[in-house]
Amino acid sequence: MTYIPIADQPNELHDPHTFISKYVWSQDHKVIAIQYGSTAIFVGLIALVLSALMRLQLGYPDTFSFIDPADYYQFVTMHGMIMVIYLLTALFLGGFGNYLIPLQIGARDMVFPYLNMLSYWFYLLSVIILLASFFVPGGPTGAGWTLYPPQAILRGTPGADMGIMLMLASLAVFVVAFTMGGLNYVTTVLQARTNGMTLMRMPLSVWGIFVATILGLFAFPALFVSAIMMTFDKLLGTSFFMPAIQSLGETLNTAGGSPVLFQHLFWFFGHPEVYIVALPAFGLVSDVLSCHARKNIFGYRLMVWAIIIIGALSFIVWAHHMYVSGMNPYFGFFFAFTTLIIAVPTAIKVYNWVLTLWEGNIRLTVPMLFAIGFIFTFIHGGLTGIFLGNVTVDLPLSDTYFVVAHFHMVMGVSPVLVLYAALYHWYPKITGKMFNVTLGKIHFWATFLGTYAIYLPMHYLGFLGVPRRYYAMGNTDFIPDSAQALNANITQAAIFVGIMQLVFIFNVIWSLKYGKKSDPNPWDATSLEWQTPDNPPVHGNWGEKLPVVYRWAYEYSVPGAKDDFVPQSIAPEDVEMLEGEGKYVDRSEEH
Amino acid sequence: MTEQALNNQGHMQNIVDDWSNDKQAYHVPWGKLMMWIFLISDTFIFSCFLVGYMNVRMSATEPWPYPSEVFALELFGQNIPLILIAIMTFILITSSGTMALAVRYAHFRDRKKIAILMLITALFGLSFVGMQAFEWTKLISEGVRPWANPFGAHQFGSIFFMVTGFHGLHVSIGVIYLSIVAFKVNRGDYDKKDNYEIVEITGLYWHFVDLVWVFIFAFFYLW
Ligand code: HEM
Ligand SMILES: [Cu+2]
Repeated sequence: MTYIPIADQPNELHDPHTFISKYVWSQDHKVIAIQYGSTAIFVGLIALVLSALMRLQLGYPDTFSFIDPADYYQFVTMHGMIMVIYLLTALFLGGFGNYLIPLQIGARDMVFPYLNMLSYWFYLLSVIILLASFFVPGGPTGAGWTLYPPQAILRGTPGADMGIMLMLASLAVFVVAFTMGGLNYVTTVLQARTNGMTLMRMPLSVWGIFVATILGLFAFPALFVSAIMMTFDKLLGTSFFMPAIQSLGETLNTAGGSPVLFQHLFWFFGHPEVYIVALPAFGLVSDVLSCHARKNIFGYRLMVWAIIIIGALSFIVWAHHMYVSGMNPYFGFFFAFTTLIIAVPTAIKVYNWVLTLWEGNIRLTVPMLFAIGFIFTFIHGGLTGIFLGNVTVDLPLSDTYFVVAHFHMVMGVSPVLVLYAALYHWYPKITGKMFNVTLGKIHFWATFLGTYAIYLPMHYLGFLGVPRRYYAMGNTDFIPDSAQALNANITQAAIFVGIMQLVFIFNVIWSLKYGKKSDPNPWDATSLEWQTPDNPPVHGNWGEKLPVVYRWAYEYSVPGAKDDFVPQSIAPEDVEMLEGEGKYVDRSEEH
Repeated sequence: MTEQALNNQGHMQNIVDDWSNDKQAYHVPWGKLMMWIFLISDTFIFSCFLVGYMNVRMSATEPWPYPSEVFALELFGQNIPLILIAIMTFILITSSGTMALAVRYAHFRDRKKIAILMLITALFGLSFVGMQAFEWTKLISEGVRPWANPFGAHQFGSIFFMVTGFHGLHVSIGVIYLSIVAFKVNRGDYDKKDNYEIVEITGLYWHFVDLVWVFIFAFFYLW
């Protein structure tokens, strides 16, 4: 059969003509990315409001009569689930994955645009099902974002009738949506790169998104299966996860199921999920740091291998979430061991980011501030992770605010800071406008300092033994009054940080209309998306001819070059040099 | 590097070369690769189901029924264990054979033969689903339910209906998929670009569904 690589095929994209095919049922990866991104940010705001409501209750118990304990559980659950799945996963992969993969590897679109479009509409459907659960009798589920059975589907847990069903349905639809998108991302990276774009010349953003997508394709099945099994337990009365139970004075018709099986399935998905969120963040932040420090990323190859190794290891650490679950205690040894091993490639990445900054020509732009902020919060959250990875340390800390502080630092705040870095960094490319820098800086300092004000004290609360997922502490001997005072302060900080996010929303919308027109390459960046013939790029991305790639994406501070950087798509003989500097020497293969 | 050393690297070197290429990592059309990746992902789904099965089989408090008794059929006045399932398995494996032949004729662009072979494959698939429906009906008439089981542990019925149902769904989707592609082949849709990849891609899916069945067969009927 005659078969030509995609990069050598003639351009066959058909330009859409109607408004609907351009902006609604669009198959253009850039439009789909924006659809994904705005939907994700919208649900993210809902999750943010829920967290503010929880904080109000915790900071000022007995003050807000409209929050009762059942509401609180529902808020916790929906907040956690939305943040992890519907915001972070969707925004990193559906949003940035869609936008950046074709542009950064020099493709015209994803390999299967139609499927890609379906992916978004299924995602939207899953969001609608999720939000519908706020309006059904009994409200959304209050089982905690981990949805542990048996309690998730038993009377007594809020939303145990309709809420949990909608949650499971929504998750199953999300998995389908993710799979449709994910197949596209992986196949596009493997098969649709342009001339000269080898795997080892791809920007780290693509690497992070690529490996994270593979993790998703292998990890989401476990969530899918556990959702189906739990649906059967609830709807058909099977006993997959249900042991013999006495509930509210009644003996239930269940026996012989295994609740721990659910936990294994859930965390076989749940831990890789942490890296599905973290690896794209690692990738994006590497590119932002390198560009704004005007230095090549330190140890590019090592960075790639670290991403791959972390991805592989992330499948054999899941039970570190289950030290107190009643599983075989000997498992703890194995999982603590693998957990500590995964810290090694992670630490390598952190060293490399810091070494990238070392003696760099740092430009403290808004994206750079967020990227540097990420290094702080990530080191912080990573260190507490090493504590929790050890069984003996975890046992007393498990289910306390120490855990809440840890995971918010490492997978809440850190990825969110990278998201902001990336949103500010690529905003001029996506919209063609420049955002307001002052507002951006205000947003950064409020968010960065604010999150420390929220989460640092939580570590201390955890040491005191304050339990997580509690509506109110009441009169508890081991919790001093000062802890309550601290809780009020945390709430003040949280409300402040929450409100300051509106500055970002305002900036995005305002700059869209009133922002200065942006240069096609305002940050002097090297990767392909900044070299498109149109700004913002149009359907088909590259005009008549695909770009050709001559080197990696980190050619910054090039000695003697006129512009101090050399884009990936400029031929060596076309690089303009300063007078008397001789010819350009390609250093890229040395790295 | 010496000539000798270069030769010795042989196979490994080929893999390394492929992966260090620009443009593409594998010398295959993207559709085929995408199907492979999907099937790997689907493998994880079935693996989770099977792990779940092993786990509930261990955690169940009542005894697990004997498959050779539950799945026996009265034929000519005799109780023959596993006879239906043997026929089903045989049919599904045969259908993989006809599919492989269809792929072979796709290389020769023999539209008629491809379409007929794919339709035969689809019919085999359909009869498989039909027999599965028969088996389900028999079990249900004997009182086996997802939530109850007169022969022992509840979980037997639950997991059996769930996993064979999920596989049966795959087969049914495959039947529809095969029929559509066969129809289009016959109409000559793929001659326009002389591109018959889709037959191979459909074949990949079908062989996978077949392979999964072998595992389900082993785990549910022979264990
Ligand atoms: C200003 C921002 C945020 C605030 C104030 C906040 C606050 C909270 C609070 C008060 C809880 C409940 C603690 C408890 O009662 O156990 C919680 C739980 C949680 N949060 Fe956040 N959060 C924020 C952002 C995020 C982000 C960005 C993520 C993304 C990963 C996230 C993920 C979670 C998860 C997974 C839970 C656990 C839910 C559960 O226990 O089922 N949060 N958060
Ligand atoms: Cu984990």
